[in-house]
Amino acid sequence: MGTGTAGTAVVDCDVHNAVPRLSALFPFLPDSWVDYCRETGVEGFDPAFYPPGAPLSARPGSRVGDGPPGSDPDVVRAHVLDATGARWAVLNCLYAVHALHNPDWAASMAGALNEWQAVHWLAADPRFRASIVVSLRDPHAAAEEIGRRAGNGFVQVLLPASAPAPLGQRSFWPVYAAAEAAGVPVAVHPGVGGANPLSPVGWPAHHVEDYAGAALTLQSQLTSLVAEGVFAAYPGLRVVLLESGVTWLPSLMWRFDKNWKALRREVPWVDRPPSQVIREHVLLSTTPLDAPPALDRAWVDRFLTQLGTVRMLLHAGDYPHWHHGTAPAALLEQLSPAERELVLGGNATRLYGLPEEAGCRPVA
Amino acid sequence: MQTGGLIDCDVHNAVSADAELLPYLSARWRRHMELVGSRTFSPFTKGYAYPKAARFASRRDAWPPGGGLPGSDLEFMRVQLLDAYPVERAVLNCLFRAPEQRHDAYGAALAAAVNDWQVEHWLERDDRLRASVTVPFEFPDLAASEIDRASAHPGFVQVLLYPRTMAPLGGRRYWPIYEAACRAGLPVAVHAASTTAGPTTATGWPSYYIEDHTGLAVAFQAQVISLIFNGVFDRFPELRVVLSEGGFAWVPALAHRLDALHARLGEEVPDLRHAPSHYLRTHIRITTQPMEEPERPGDLVPLIREVGADLLMFSTDYPHWDFDDPYRAFRTRVPADLHQRIMHDNACATYRFAA
Amino acid sequence: MTAPGRAVVVAVVGEIPAGGRKIVDIDGRSVGVFNLGDGFVALRNTCPHEGAPLCEGVLSGALTSPTPGVYHYERRGEILRCPWHQWEFDLRTGRSWVDPDRVRVRHYPVTSDGRHVIVHV
Repeated sequence: MGTGTAGTAVVDCDVHNAVPRLSALFPFLPDSWVDYCRETGVEGFDPAFYPPGAPLSARPGSRVGDGPPGSDPDVVRAHVLDATGARWAVLNCLYAVHALHNPDWAASMAGALNEWQAVHWLAADPRFRASIVVSLRDPHAAAEEIGRRAGNGFVQVLLPASAPAPLGQRSFWPVYAAAEAAGVPVAVHPGVGGANPLSPVGWPAHHVEDYAGAALTLQSQLTSLVAEGVFAAYPGLRVVLLESGVTWLPSLMWRFDKNWKALRREVPWVDRPPSQVIREHVLLSTTPLDAPPALDRAWVDRFLTQLGTVRMLLHAGDYPHWHHGTAPAALLEQLSPAERELVLGGNATRLYGLPEEAGCRPVA
Repeated sequence: MQTGGLIDCDVHNAVSADAELLPYLSARWRRHMELVGSRTFSPFTKGYAYPKAARFASRRDAWPPGGGLPGSDLEFMRVQLLDAYPVERAVLNCLFRAPEQRHDAYGAALAAAVNDWQVEHWLERDDRLRASVTVPFEFPDLAASEIDRASAHPGFVQVLLYPRTMAPLGGRRYWPIYEAACRAGLPVAVHAASTTAGPTTATGWPSYYIEDHTGLAVAFQAQVISLIFNGVFDRFPELRVVLSEGGFAWVPALAHRLDALHARLGEEVPDLRHAPSHYLRTHIRITTQPMEEPERPGDLVPLIREVGADLLMFSTDYPHWDFDDPYRAFRTRVPADLHQRIMHDNACATYRFAA
Repeated sequence: MTAPGRAVVVAVVGEIPAGGRKIVDIDGRSVGVFNLGDGFVALRNTCPHEGAPLCEGVLSGALTSPTPGVYHYERRGEILRCPWHQWEFDLRTGRSWVDPDRVRVRHYPVTSDGRHVIVHV
């Protein structure tokens, strides 16, 4: 997509870099875990949420070379940065080490994955930024990993929506404390978790059901984060909902606000309507955008009014995933220049503390 | 707001004590009730892991003066609901714990007892009342038999399921229920309830009732996704599914999402004859309570039109705590023709009531 | 204390115990009279939300929290919760908890002449 806005430092907030093969992580993994992987025949953790052959998993042209789409930094750089003129790309690696049950193995794999990102991605292009992959099996280990990585090109913590338990629960708070202390947001992305069925009513049969239901899991997680008082305890924390579909949010805020008026005594630390808490602390990436095929200004006006502020939206390409329709681009077209600047880059630049010097911006 | 004849699509009649069902049980199941009684997924013999907003999840003024649980006394229901508003018909959804029983045959026996009790104490006593067939839905063959048996009485107008099932409702294991419902010419209702085998979210058990109640909307959406993509409406073209208490503001976003995904991933479900939104509009009906409350009340009518003027059917949820008053539930002016459809006509069409 | 409006005797002193209430009809208006222990208050018995008989609700305390997991529970018996949707109202002000400026229930002055409880409407 062309950016169409001269002078805007575009930030692509959701780019998926992939691990070419498990052994690519071995140089960064303690020997004991390297041998464990080899001796037990571990084949890797490519996420089942994106079946390799499914059209959504890889857009045309992204299947290049031997590895999975998104596994070659040069190809990703060419497709995501050079072809679009984006100033920055935030990498969210979905290699599903978080779904391992063994807490020590999962933490070691996450550490190796982050080191691999630093060496093979962040060092490959100064325009790449990355998310810190952690396992929630041991939240204290996750917090240590965040403390080690934040800064140095790592601008965010990445959590799976299909977590072992609702993300607001107190056992996970070391992660939020560490993120707030490091000044990095926490992103939640759909994906396999391994601990629970992928829908609130059990295991679906089809990939298309899994993917459709991802928006629901993010809704449950957002509900939990607010109800448990995570934002009351960590007021500096920002949460980013990635690849969520976005447009369900007003309906959730209405139901949540209505219930809060009746049931707020259960969660007295939620001392304002949940919609207010959400608007102050939560941002969402715009791809995919669950919107009508023909999206006009009236629709956009109503959506933005119901959402509350355009400052909640982050531009994202979701490379290499291949969504249907042009809703994210159509949304940008309908925005005013000032709104568009915020969505394309302004909101993300502020959120991630990205340098704003104009001189570094490649010409689109 | 003025209203003409009203059809209330969600009213709860209650069995005050298990013993009331004894006359409808065989000796074998009477003994079972004495011996072990209810065995569900709940950790407690009584009540829920999430206490509701109020005792028995009910309006505090709905406890009958003569004793018994809210919703157990027809006379008092007449005073507070049937005669207090211009109710032409009320659809009863009895939430007695028959469907959640882990013992399949005991659950089936209790379901049959509840249905016979409903005929004698409700359907035969007020001609405004209609009822839902209680079934042991996790044992679909037994559920189908009960649908065949109970639907012989014309007062039963739908089959009652709960949204938090052991598996998504589109799956093959539940098809005998839809087959029987179509045989009987009845819609299948899915009504909010909390007792479940597994966690009520895809990410484990939440801590609070406010999450459980807010999350009902998510459970309903998951069932809609499952019913559509598993081809239930292609296999059972007559089937109508009524959703109760899960809200309706999520419909437009979900419809757009499913259509876009179908356009990209439709090859995985090649038997689907239509775009997902077609099934939503054609086969799904939604009761209104708890009424959606957009921050700007004026957004409600455009929302309803986007959802579909034929989809919504008014409900009070009497006697439960989040009751919607027919005169005050809409916080905005609803055009008369749309109001008439929601309060009356859509339910007549769904349940084939004489208009 | 002087109060505007018409004075209506609603009870004799002692009839409504501390923590108790009496619901009375004044010119066709239902009004709830509550004894808080240190004095009486009177509220219109209609919830401004959906019209429920508000004064039949549960009397509870004021629950706040400085931080998740910490509960401050004060003023037991002074927070009235609507019998339908559980919205909370402060008996002393008639203001709702969730939207105190915009959602309020009509509040009437109450005095006593030593023998009677008098509501001024």
